[in-house]
Amino acid sequence: MTPTGHAGADRTPWLVAPAALFMLLFFVYPFLYGLWLSFAPKEGGMLANYAKFFSDTRLWPTIFTTLKLALPATLINVGIALPIAYRMRIKTKRQKWITTALVVPITLGTVLVAEGMLTYFGPRGWLAQVLQFLHLYDGPIRLTHNFWGVLISLVISGFPFAFLLLLSYVTGIDPVLGRAAATLGAGPWAQFRNVYLPLLIPGIAMCFCLAFVQAYSVFPSAVLLGAPAGPTRVISIAAYEAAFEQYDYSLASAIAMMMGLVQLVIVAAVLGIRRLVYRGPVTGGKG
Amino acid sequence: MSSDFKELRLDNVTRRFAHADGRTMAALDGLTLTIPRGEFVALLGPSGCGKSTALNCIAGLLPLSDGAIWLDDTRLDTRPPEARGFGMVFQNYALFPHMTVRRNIAFGLKMRGVSAAEQAARVEAAVKLVQLQGHEDKLPGQLSGGQQQRVAIARAIVVEPPLVLMDEPLSNLDAKLRLEMRAEIRRIHRNLGRSTIYVTHDQDEALSLADRIVVMKDGSVRQVAPPADVYAQPADLDVARFMGYRNELAGTLHDATGVVRTGSLTFNGTSKGKLATGAPVRIALRPDDLVVGDGPNAFAATVDGIEYGGRESLVDVVTADGARLHVRTPVAVRIGESVRVSVPPTRTLIYAA
Amino acid sequence: MSTLATTAAPYDAEREARARRLRGKVWSGFLYGLMTIFLVNVFLMIASVGLNSIAKVWRGTWLPDGWTTSWYFDAWKEFQLGDVLWVTFEVVGAVVLLSVLLGVPAAYALARREFFGKRWLIFLFLLPLMVPSITYGIPLATVMYQVHLAGTIWGVIFANVIPAMPFVILVMTPFIEQIDPNLESAARVFGARTPQMFLHVLTPLLAPGILAAALLVLVRTIAMFELTFLTAGSDSQTLVVALYYAVFAAGVRAPQSVDAMAMVYMAVTLVWLLVALQFVNPTQLVSRVKEHPQPA
Repeated sequence: MTPTGHAGADRTPWLVAPAALFMLLFFVYPFLYGLWLSFAPKEGGMLANYAKFFSDTRLWPTIFTTLKLALPATLINVGIALPIAYRMRIKTKRQKWITTALVVPITLGTVLVAEGMLTYFGPRGWLAQVLQFLHLYDGPIRLTHNFWGVLISLVISGFPFAFLLLLSYVTGIDPVLGRAAATLGAGPWAQFRNVYLPLLIPGIAMCFCLAFVQAYSVFPSAVLLGAPAGPTRVISIAAYEAAFEQYDYSLASAIAMMMGLVQLVIVAAVLGIRRLVYRGPVTGGKG
Repeated sequence: MSSDFKELRLDNVTRRFAHADGRTMAALDGLTLTIPRGEFVALLGPSGCGKSTALNCIAGLLPLSDGAIWLDDTRLDTRPPEARGFGMVFQNYALFPHMTVRRNIAFGLKMRGVSAAEQAARVEAAVKLVQLQGHEDKLPGQLSGGQQQRVAIARAIVVEPPLVLMDEPLSNLDAKLRLEMRAEIRRIHRNLGRSTIYVTHDQDEALSLADRIVVMKDGSVRQVAPPADVYAQPADLDVARFMGYRNELAGTLHDATGVVRTGSLTFNGTSKGKLATGAPVRIALRPDDLVVGDGPNAFAATVDGIEYGGRESLVDVVTADGARLHVRTPVAVRIGESVRVSVPPTRTLIYAA
Repeated sequence: MSTLATTAAPYDAEREARARRLRGKVWSGFLYGLMTIFLVNVFLMIASVGLNSIAKVWRGTWLPDGWTTSWYFDAWKEFQLGDVLWVTFEVVGAVVLLSVLLGVPAAYALARREFFGKRWLIFLFLLPLMVPSITYGIPLATVMYQVHLAGTIWGVIFANVIPAMPFVILVMTPFIEQIDPNLESAARVFGARTPQMFLHVLTPLLAPGILAAALLVLVRTIAMFELTFLTAGSDSQTLVVALYYAVFAAGVRAPQSVDAMAMVYMAVTLVWLLVALQFVNPTQLVSRVKEHPQPA
């Protein structure tokens, strides 16, 4: 494709330059600056911020508070989305309606979901009324301002995301492979187990990572729906408080870096497991 | 699945689907056919004729709207595809991309719970049969189209199915490889001694491979006959067109013995089907059957075009009435030359218009 | 080979088929049940926000006692919704424009050419979509405060372009790849110079992809909370951030008025979502997907 001779060098690749420059300026530079800043604390030596993070009981436990929310939420979302997406792999009217309906909670965003949940899941909301009306549960219903409120909100916004992502991976697998397996004697479960599942592993891993990263950075719903002083004091709240309430940008950057590090570790672990299993094409040979 | 079977019977196999506007259409209308063990049957027809629908119905990938499929005394159409025990070769091979050649071929055996040792032995035999020795541990993506094709065939036959279904298996190969694989498929079929149903739109493929050809159009069967009969005696005009009877002349049946008047010409021919005197008919003529030179049914024509083809050329001639006919002939002619063209009455086929 | 023939166990076709159908029905009923529970709860949740926003009083009963539209007027005044909507409009418009202007040429280069460092660039563009916005938003806000960009509308716009532009690249690159490069060569052979080629050949071909990408970015930017929250000042808030503050300070205001604002936000989002869904597949909101034709 590259033209040769006196026409001069191909200038097309330079079209990428403005975008790359923007990213360097607004993404890479702030990130590196934040990294440097985290090693230049207001007081103390280079590692003072990190030392503080790991000794302050208002800070280091946030890692585990967040993990305790994010891991179950991700497992629920991916675990339920996978069988449903697989069930709906064939394009039908119903599939179209459900995918369209599921887009709504995603586009409304976490803030609106939080506000809706305060009304609907609150102690006087419809859900509490229905449960008490049917005598399914007579005790006080506390699904907001605690751990469960945040977990439910993570499922409401995370499940549609996981479902749509997995659906796109499932429908990307040539259905003729499943049929080929059927003609060779594989029943529905064997088809899933031997053909679809191995081919879906990369997609599931990717979906798990993205869903986890979203859940791990939970912020507005942890504040609005949780107990931000205690059980749902997640790591982003700690970072936000450091930056905008104590104006300690250096410590805030250190917390943000820790947050990134934890995510990186989990993502690397998941992708590492995936690589052990299989990586390759998902269509049936050469078309 | 027992390999000792006598015959497979398709009894009025029908597949209808609902159109968007509420009408129902038959994609396959009443296919009835008995295939004895060892026979190679080709389903032949243009695209959309229902041949692939038929194959998918037999495989169990599409449910039947009507009819039944029997293997001797066992009814198969109520079973899901995995319980029918057939082998199938798909058009794009549908090899499992994440499995090696060995595991692809062993898949059906594994599903049947065959022991590992027997799996290994049978896979080895199948690999040998399709001549893929040395490629067992490659992934499908590392193989050429022809090799993938061989894996697909090995995977289908290793379970020793009573019936192997092949859905246009050669359509993705280049011309030279296609000829090679054609011979291979025939050899493997003979080797196995089971039945094969082979779907194709290529008449050469069907003629060279099959013991019997089922010609289909618009969802219904038009002719079931050995290749030589389909070639020489098409049952109706559509079959004739599909089998390469490229010349057609409209006329009237002048005499029930087979005399047709078309314009200023008169042909002695062979009636296909019951035709009444005076009925409008069409004469179908194959370019190979027309002869440049005097003979029966001779008429005068002018050469209008020549397509050189080596030993024989395809020559376009125009009759006095202005009808254009294609003639395949070894005789050298020039454009504008006046020639005599003749055709034997046995090769002048008369169909109802 | 026939000596190795496998023999299947005797097979009761009718019984097995019935059992199989039953298992399938139970399983699929279970899955659809889960999906229904999820969707019903989400939509009831939205409905309760809607009802509350037009309720006079609603405390622990099935339906509110009496209706009113006054909360909308209250919310409009109280939260200065007019200003907020205008800022949202400006921010979203600028983000869409900037990310298309930067992203489409970049996607073109990435789709059509091989060059040194391409893999690293793709990695760089994918990173903001993988790293959560809070993680890079805090250092970004820090830098923006130092250069006095934070708190201004431009700060909000630039912050939102960071995830939006890579998304445009992600959507456009495969779209451009599937356009036959021979069309461009043909235009050149027939004498089109580069600007003419772009104007007459490339732009019409790219238009559907650009439209889809722009709409997706639009819907995502309206809902983008974290980056705007971290970089906005009091007069550069978008609707979603204003809503957050309203909910956050809910104690001092009537919940109905907050819900009225939530309905305004929802209406804005859903209108654009409906527009977007005319041109894109729902799954494209979360990933790039090619349409896969179903085999006949």
